[in-house]
Amino acid sequence: MSVNMAKGQAISLQKDDGGTLTAVRMGLGWQAAQRRGLFGSRTKEVDLDASAVLFADKEPVDVVFFRHLVSDDGSVRHTGDNLVGGVGQGGDDEAILVDLQRVPVHIDQIVFTVNSFTGQTFQEVQNAFCRLVDETNGQETARYTLDGGGQYTAQIMAKVHRVGAGWSMTALGTAANGRTFQDLMPSILPHL
Amino acid sequence: MTAELVRGQNHVLPRTRLEIRVSAGRPIVAGATISDEQGKVRGGDWVAHPGSPSLPGLEVSKQAAADHRLAVDLGALPPGADRVNILLALPVTSGAPGEGGGSGAVSFGALAAPFVAVTGLDGSEIASYTITDLGAESAVVALELYRRQNAWKVRAVGQGYAGGLAEMLTDQGLAEARELAARILDAVASGMARSVAPPPQRTAESDRVRQSAQSAQSAQSGQSAQSGTDGHSHGHSTQSAAPAPAEGYTAGSAGEQDDFTLQRPAPPTSMTPDQPGQPDQPGRPEVADQQGQSAQTPDAASTGGPVDYTHPSRRTAAPPVPAPTAPPAEPGQPARPVAGDANGWSMEERLYNQVWGMFEDLARSVAAYRSAVDFAESRMEKELDQVLSDPRSRIGGQGDAAREAARAKQAKLVEQARAVLDRDLAQLAAESEVVEPALPPPFAAWDNPVWHAYRVPMEIPMALRLGDLHLPESADLRIPMLMRLPLERGLWIDSGRNASSATASLADSDEMGRLAMDTAVAIAARLLAVYPPGDFAVHVIDPAGTATGSLAPLRDAGVLAGSPTAGATGVSETLAQLTRRVDLVQMAVRARAADSLPPDVDTAEQLLIVNDFPHGFDDRAVTQLRYLADEGPAVGVHLMMVADREQASGFGPVLDPLWRALLRLTPVPDDHLADPWVGHAWTYEPALTPPGSQVLPDVLARVADARRAWGR
Repeated sequence: MSVNMAKGQAISLQKDDGGTLTAVRMGLGWQAAQRRGLFGSRTKEVDLDASAVLFADKEPVDVVFFRHLVSDDGSVRHTGDNLVGGVGQGGDDEAILVDLQRVPVHIDQIVFTVNSFTGQTFQEVQNAFCRLVDETNGQETARYTLDGGGQYTAQIMAKVHRVGAGWSMTALGTAANGRTFQDLMPSILPHL
Repeated sequence: MTAELVRGQNHVLPRTRLEIRVSAGRPIVAGATISDEQGKVRGGDWVAHPGSPSLPGLEVSKQAAADHRLAVDLGALPPGADRVNILLALPVTSGAPGEGGGSGAVSFGALAAPFVAVTGLDGSEIASYTITDLGAESAVVALELYRRQNAWKVRAVGQGYAGGLAEMLTDQGLAEARELAARILDAVASGMARSVAPPPQRTAESDRVRQSAQSAQSAQSGQSAQSGTDGHSHGHSTQSAAPAPAEGYTAGSAGEQDDFTLQRPAPPTSMTPDQPGQPDQPGRPEVADQQGQSAQTPDAASTGGPVDYTHPSRRTAAPPVPAPTAPPAEPGQPARPVAGDANGWSMEERLYNQVWGMFEDLARSVAAYRSAVDFAESRMEKELDQVLSDPRSRIGGQGDAAREAARAKQAKLVEQARAVLDRDLAQLAAESEVVEPALPPPFAAWDNPVWHAYRVPMEIPMALRLGDLHLPESADLRIPMLMRLPLERGLWIDSGRNASSATASLADSDEMGRLAMDTAVAIAARLLAVYPPGDFAVHVIDPAGTATGSLAPLRDAGVLAGSPTAGATGVSETLAQLTRRVDLVQMAVRARAADSLPPDVDTAEQLLIVNDFPHGFDDRAVTQLRYLADEGPAVGVHLMMVADREQASGFGPVLDPLWRALLRLTPVPDDHLADPWVGHAWTYEPALTPPGSQVLPDVLARVADARRAWGR
């Protein structure tokens, strides 16, 4: 059963049976722009990008995005850039896989962001969502809806952080502006 | 690597100067149309056809033929051009049947499936497509080259038209389609009428192609010819030469030319970490745009019949032997590793992939450890600074306590990181323990018992072990360094003393020279052993005769192609012979006439070991070596230099491109190789035979026996 998260809500990533999650996937999906009738080739495509920034004690250590698809330690992997989105409701168009067991010991927070590379604001994007999936059984643990987000081109989605021996996730949902994660760094820092 | 496309599939084109090869069983017409963003052909001058074979950026043949080669330069297309459609049509032979084409075939359904391929100018195939399921059509759009995100791609279209060329051109928005179609077919018919026999396309075509290939290569070959005749133009030619590094290898950043990055052949492009911080680069990696592509694909099924998604040339003869999988793990314990636990169609491929998987895992585990340790250090520094700047810490034991706490925090984090690393290393070591004994001879170390059971192979293996790699964190865990065969670049065994300083003091320069030659001989022997008998020939240039001792195993077994050459005459003779071989094979490959090579050209792969470079080499010989290093690997001529870069510095910067073209190996352990993922400096150690071992002579004797038995 998935939890529809509200802004600022934190959920623990403990499994129902008490064990902690070992692998999670941050999925991002959105609907491709409507095809125009006559001149289909001039359809304005929407390119959203998912990124993950790895922090150690509030300092960015590594980042996973479309130009660096695997963190140096191999624990965080981006499945690849999608430039146009999906055809409608449904699956993830971009995904970032996190092997929580392999995350280096000094990394204590991982922040997930979404940027509109082509510059459309979230008002113009349809059916955009971001969700967290337990990779071991494919169940969705949390879902966050993006559209209707107003005049913003980026959103700081959520963070996964260490709590004791396990991990917890907090939905952030802060709007921001920027083309790639670099533009977002000032907005991310207050949430650490 | 060739991509075999199915209908609707697309593929990125790595360059803009291309050739399109077409082959059909019967003479057909091949042409091309240029269209703009809306897919519209703007006029008759945007159509290349036999009546008008040359357009800016396009050249097609003047007549119908069973085989075509179209030349395309996407960079030279007229402004506004966004797409190039490669089209095929059947010649209509009304009334006057030509010899070859008048067979009365009026639809593609009566012919064998036409095959089209996009190749580079050197003939290397980029993508190919077999147009299947054609029926009543007499014209077909085979391929579409189109611009996307400032890059060019090719798509397999296979859209047929029962109404022939006229209908096709109408569909592409050309106003005078009907007239033009008639003109094209007229031109074809008159071409056929002129020709007495079925047109000898091969000669005409290959001539034309060779010219276009030459013009493309003129930058390179012209420059090497120039520096060959004019020994004083070195400085100039070096600048213009800046050899394109072989694809798949990234030489280190500009500052560190000695560092090579090992690259797994054909890795996902995403594996190469890009520079962050340049978000506006146009060449954005395009990874997952399939959906967008398919949305734009013309309706391929409109000719009727369902789209066949099965690959036309894929025949699964027998399912591969299932890969061994690790037994289920005990609860709480990591799974016990098994050799061959990776993807692949054969055990060899699975082991190869497994070794690369171990390589990557070790690189990443160590990266995690180093990153954690660095962070712990810098955090401690910061905290100690804070303590120092805090006036309260000067009173009493508060400062000491704070310092102690900072150190404890650092020690704890390092300890945690070490524990994780040890866990990973233990798992990899266990895997290495089962994988090493399972390796076949080409992948195995010389002390592996598999070499005692060595038998001469019938096939070229996937890869060759050049040595071992390890990191300082885990000196015991050796990863085999596997290089794909045939070698894509030459080797340079560095006999210089710029290796690690510890060994430099031990070994003087003569000793290093001997060790380097031993390494070269061990690699050459391994290459001889893993190729089928007679498929690999080793030449040696040893100008001063200093390598006699090292070469003994090869010479005694009689597996060298002639005795080592010495002296300036010998050097130039050997180089001239190999240069000629490269030229001839290149020509034959381009003209697709491999059977017309002179009988004295040895088609086996050739390896040239050059000892003591630059001793006894003149400018001309150096130019030839560079030519061999650049052009040789593609046509099976490989270079192995045993040289000290510093001694060779007398030649000035002219040699830099040569060094860069070669993969540097060292006869003693040295950390100069970088992995493709994180870029650690890995310590390379050559694969040498254990002291006193007879394995090398034994194996080479078997190679020599097999050669005699095969009469080679």
